[in-house]
Amino acid sequence: MRNSHTLNLGTGLFVLLGFAALFFLTTQTTSRGLSFGSKPHYDVTAKFDNVGDLKVGSPVSMAGVEIGRVSDISFDSKDYKAVVVMRLDSRYNQIPSDSDASIYTQGLLGGKFVGLTAGGGETYLKDKDHIDFTQSAFVLENLIGQFLANFGKTAAGAGTDTAATPAAAPAATPAKEKTK
Amino acid sequence: MLCWETVNESAIVEIRDLHYAVNSRLIFAGLDLTIARGRVTAFMGPSGTGKTTLLRLITGQTAPTSGKVLVAGTDLATLSRDGIYALRQRMGMLFQNGALLTDLDVFENVAFPLREHTRLPERLIRDLVLTKLQAVGLRGAVLLMPGELSGGMARRVALARAIIMDPEILIYDEPFVGLDPISMGVILRLIRRLNDALGITSIVVSHDVQEICSVADAVFLLSGGKVVAQGTPQQLQSSQSEIVRQFVGGLADGPVPFHYPAGDYYTELLARDEAC
Amino acid sequence: MPGELRNRLVTTLVETGAMVRFLFRILAGVPRALLRFDLVVAQVYNAGALSLVIIMLSGLFVGMVLGLQGFQLLQRFGSEEALGIAAAIGLVKELGPVVTALLFAGRAGTALASELGLMRATDQLSAMEMMAVDPVQRVVVPRFLGGIIAMPLLAAIFSMIGIYGAQLVGVQFMGVDSGSFWSQMRSGVDLVDVTEGIVKSGAFGIACSLIAVYEGYHAEPTAEGVGRATTRTVVTSAVTTLFLDYLITAMFLK
Repeated sequence: MRNSHTLNLGTGLFVLLGFAALFFLTTQTTSRGLSFGSKPHYDVTAKFDNVGDLKVGSPVSMAGVEIGRVSDISFDSKDYKAVVVMRLDSRYNQIPSDSDASIYTQGLLGGKFVGLTAGGGETYLKDKDHIDFTQSAFVLENLIGQFLANFGKTAAGAGTDTAATPAAAPAATPAKEKTK
Repeated sequence: MLCWETVNESAIVEIRDLHYAVNSRLIFAGLDLTIARGRVTAFMGPSGTGKTTLLRLITGQTAPTSGKVLVAGTDLATLSRDGIYALRQRMGMLFQNGALLTDLDVFENVAFPLREHTRLPERLIRDLVLTKLQAVGLRGAVLLMPGELSGGMARRVALARAIIMDPEILIYDEPFVGLDPISMGVILRLIRRLNDALGITSIVVSHDVQEICSVADAVFLLSGGKVVAQGTPQQLQSSQSEIVRQFVGGLADGPVPFHYPAGDYYTELLARDEAC
Repeated sequence: MPGELRNRLVTTLVETGAMVRFLFRILAGVPRALLRFDLVVAQVYNAGALSLVIIMLSGLFVGMVLGLQGFQLLQRFGSEEALGIAAAIGLVKELGPVVTALLFAGRAGTALASELGLMRATDQLSAMEMMAVDPVQRVVVPRFLGGIIAMPLLAAIFSMIGIYGAQLVGVQFMGVDSGSFWSQMRSGVDLVDVTEGIVKSGAFGIACSLIAVYEGYHAEPTAEGVGRATTRTVVTSAVTTLFLDYLITAMFLK
């Protein structure tokens, strides 16, 4: 009969090591860190003409600091805009209500994220608030189209005849829009 | 509570018109026999006649193709799994090589049935185990591991384990195989003494004619799936039947042929010469 | 010959069915077997603690190779800093569960199969039946439980040591920045990935343990029979593991 004392000790150590490894994998390799359960948060909505390939879970940051995540992306069939719900950390609850939200790209070819730039208002964003000022995602095809359109204009020379504009009609250029 | 009333008071095992076939090979065709209570009954026969199969049929490990096997008056076919398990607790079986559990020591092996089926206090278990080991003469080996025992000792420990629950029937499957004469004598003595002292029925399957005839009360000789001879050892020794004479006398040829069935010898030899 | 192929297929189908039925028989005996917890603990020790050395060594070497190969590959794109996330994803999602399962089948699986096969060959299982003890409950179920408890833990240990092995090569030997190594990993690995790895190792654990105890319990009671049972354990476990790997990966790739 194998010594049951060593048996129990060996098994206990093994199981302990195994759970330590599981703990390591779930906390040290993921961005969850040591957080258990969801942190206090509040949700803010914003509408965009084009979200590009922004994904649920993409970060929301301000001044380069991550303050939350995109929790939902849907489509409003009434005004044909994308509705993005952002879940912000409750620690950051002093964001002015007139801040604007823009969709940026990480690095040169990375994923999309939402960047907030502070406005000057006195009131702060609360749960279920709406951000009115948005800027849509940068779409490469639009930029090329616009570039070609401008190129065509200058190529036509000093002539007032603008009929020489090439066929590539530029899509809506990124501009600040007041959306509701 | 089940009642184990027997129809025939002196018969503890009855086999009636038993047929058993495996893969279309008929092992038993119409076997009839009765094993008397309280006696040592031996089954002998040439290799391959199904002696071990008969044991498996008696213990319910195998079911017959047709026919009845009654143990203590109950038809085994009518019993559920639990019923068979309950019946087996009243039987003890000694396997050919002991079949001790290799990861337990001698004490734990003998105590195994008690630990699995009863909730006896540790002190009582200890007393019972030591008593049974004393009966087989191995009380001093109580802490050894099965790997440290000789063949004969392992078999005696297995015997102690088989009697720990005070069974009514003790079954021995080829208990003398591979034993030296001394160990054989020990086992023989134990078979007889345990049978008489505990008032149980012993069933022994063996082909060691001289040995088993010295302790058996009744002998059945099986061949070709049937009982070809039965009686007391003395009756068998003086029998005139050919098959009995061949078996008892250890003759090489007779009703059980020497040659395995084959074609004509000369034809086969010549055929090979022609092929060259 | 289509005839022989068909026979093979039929045999495989029949065996799979028999194995599933055996699984149900085992599962039915789990509650009672848990009452004899000491038996289960002994089997967790046999399957898990005794496999620790080979798992940890293999994890270390696999991680180190990952570090080397990953570094070489990423260097071509100037993205050496992504070594952390490459190693972590590779180990946690694939190499950890799969390699652990294959090693488990080789070490613990063969031990289980040969142990049970030997018990079958020496009549120990028949003896238990004769003593009115259900051998499946007493002997098979604890071994099965031991295997399925040990496997996910072993896979996690493999992945953890592998990540450190990759880090050893990448950061200490190759000069990848330690901070980038870990921060990129943290932002790239999600809980879903770790879950996928755990689900895989759990499934592999069930499959490999079942195959091992089935082959051992139903081995032919001869020396060759036991040998055949151990060989079949390894082969069947390997193929089943890789097949399940594909299934689960596809499942998670919604």
